[in-house]
Amino acid sequence: MKRIFVNEKWCLGCRLCEYYCAFANSGEINMVKALKDKPIYPRLRVEDDGGVTYAVSCRHCTDPLCVRSCIAAALSVDAGVVTIDRDRCVSCYTCILVCPYGALAHDDAGVVRKCELCLNNAIGQPACVAGCPNRAIVYEER
Amino acid sequence: MQRYVVIGNGVAAVGCIEGLRSVDGATPITVVSAEKHPVYCRPLISYYLEGKTDRDKMQYRPGDFYQKMGCEVLYGVSAVRIDPLAKTVALNNGDSLSYSALCVATGSSPFLPPIAGLDSVRQKCTFMTLDDALALEKAVNPASQVLIVGAGLIGLKCAEGLLARVGSITVCDLADRVLSSILDNDCAAVVQKHLEDHRIRFMLSDSVERFEGDKAYMKSGATVDFDVLVAAVGVRANAALAKDAGIAVNRGILVNNQMQTSVSDVYAAGDCAEGEDVSCGEKRVLAIMPNAYMQGRCAGINMAGGSEAFNKGMPMNSIGFFGLHVMTAGTYYSPEAGGDVYEETAAGMRKKLFSRGGFLTGFVFVGKTERVGIYTSLIRERIPLNTINYELLKKAVSLAPFSDDYRRERLGGVV
Repeated sequence: MKRIFVNEKWCLGCRLCEYYCAFANSGEINMVKALKDKPIYPRLRVEDDGGVTYAVSCRHCTDPLCVRSCIAAALSVDAGVVTIDRDRCVSCYTCILVCPYGALAHDDAGVVRKCELCLNNAIGQPACVAGCPNRAIVYEER
Repeated sequence: MQRYVVIGNGVAAVGCIEGLRSVDGATPITVVSAEKHPVYCRPLISYYLEGKTDRDKMQYRPGDFYQKMGCEVLYGVSAVRIDPLAKTVALNNGDSLSYSALCVATGSSPFLPPIAGLDSVRQKCTFMTLDDALALEKAVNPASQVLIVGAGLIGLKCAEGLLARVGSITVCDLADRVLSSILDNDCAAVVQKHLEDHRIRFMLSDSVERFEGDKAYMKSGATVDFDVLVAAVGVRANAALAKDAGIAVNRGILVNNQMQTSVSDVYAAGDCAEGEDVSCGEKRVLAIMPNAYMQGRCAGINMAGGSEAFNKGMPMNSIGFFGLHVMTAGTYYSPEAGGDVYEETAAGMRKKLFSRGGFLTGFVFVGKTERVGIYTSLIRERIPLNTINYELLKKAVSLAPFSDDYRRERLGGVV
């Protein structure tokens, strides 16, 4: 299956991916309306180790600890994609406790959100990849 | 005849069934389920009382799960004896099941403290099963005064779940702090204050000396009037069945990293088992849901002739009360035991990282719990701290302190 991969060498640390992600998952059709003057909740984050930058998002692990550990059966694997049923999530954050990449977080309502490769929103394919100006995030088979 | 038998129908049993079926799609599976319900998310019983979930959403697997997995489930039936020589399990309905491989996933049970006068209490519950939650739901009304004995995880989640349904809640515990098995005094005080701000009253370092009907006489001399009593003093592994069959048992049924017990073709998983704790290298009962699934799955794969090891279990909890989140994991070694602790403290927030011998062994986070799994991975994978920039990671969580190779492999490859 296709996954998101990052290439540290090409990442500029511009954080556009975070904005594209937040917009893609906002449900809004106007980017300004979705993001301006609002706290944004991207499902990936750009890290900076003082020299190298890179985006971290869900790895869609082949044996996902978050899915195995979810106490509410809210996380599941759907054709290789780790997805969350936000109606079932009870905000216990066991997934946040077990994810080795820190790839899950919660929104201001407390419900867990995570990268679903934009397959479950209106964009339909990873917005972070499409929006990256330097191909530092790619969506491909490896 | 080839048949897999699973005693128990909780999350460890599901792990076992899914593990079995990942290797062997054909051999029949029989599940012995003392509870009359299909598998449900046991830790959600407090969320059910709180109204954050419902019976339908509590289902751990879809309604056709057992059918799709080719399982026969015997509801309301208990195993009474295992005969490891004849390879049979005797049931309380008089039947006997023969097995080619057996998984004991009998879970744990709350124990009732032997307190004088307990029999005179009109309404008393434990808080472990869906039936317990349904009974409690019926027992309380908006004027109820609830007394919870035990300020551990179960007692406090019960308190949170019940709060909006009752008039008052008092929690007592012999320990001098809440969540005494996972928090020190400093961290416990933060949690206790938060709960007290939500009208939960505590009587710590105190215990019930005797009950006279709906009145508790405490050791301290105080008295508590109540309508409903919840006993949440602790749970014990349901290991008697295995012990009686001559299977090695300590606090739980002893298992190796393949989930095999001391007797061939008998496996154990979940709350009833005692397997390796990666954070200390010793065997411990790890009565938490993630562990139940992983152990069950490992058992199932091995029962079906596959090859799987699970040696990455550890005690860990992510638990929230009225919006305050606490995450804990592993083993906390004191300085006297050669341990080292890194601490950060702010209002309503605590962070403690415990290390020993060059490895992270445990942690406590209160209030601020973002990306804590990165720390958990250090314990789980036994990543030597001298291979990462631990000084940096102590202060701020990210993948930056890890080696370039680790990061590139994880973010640039399939994991």
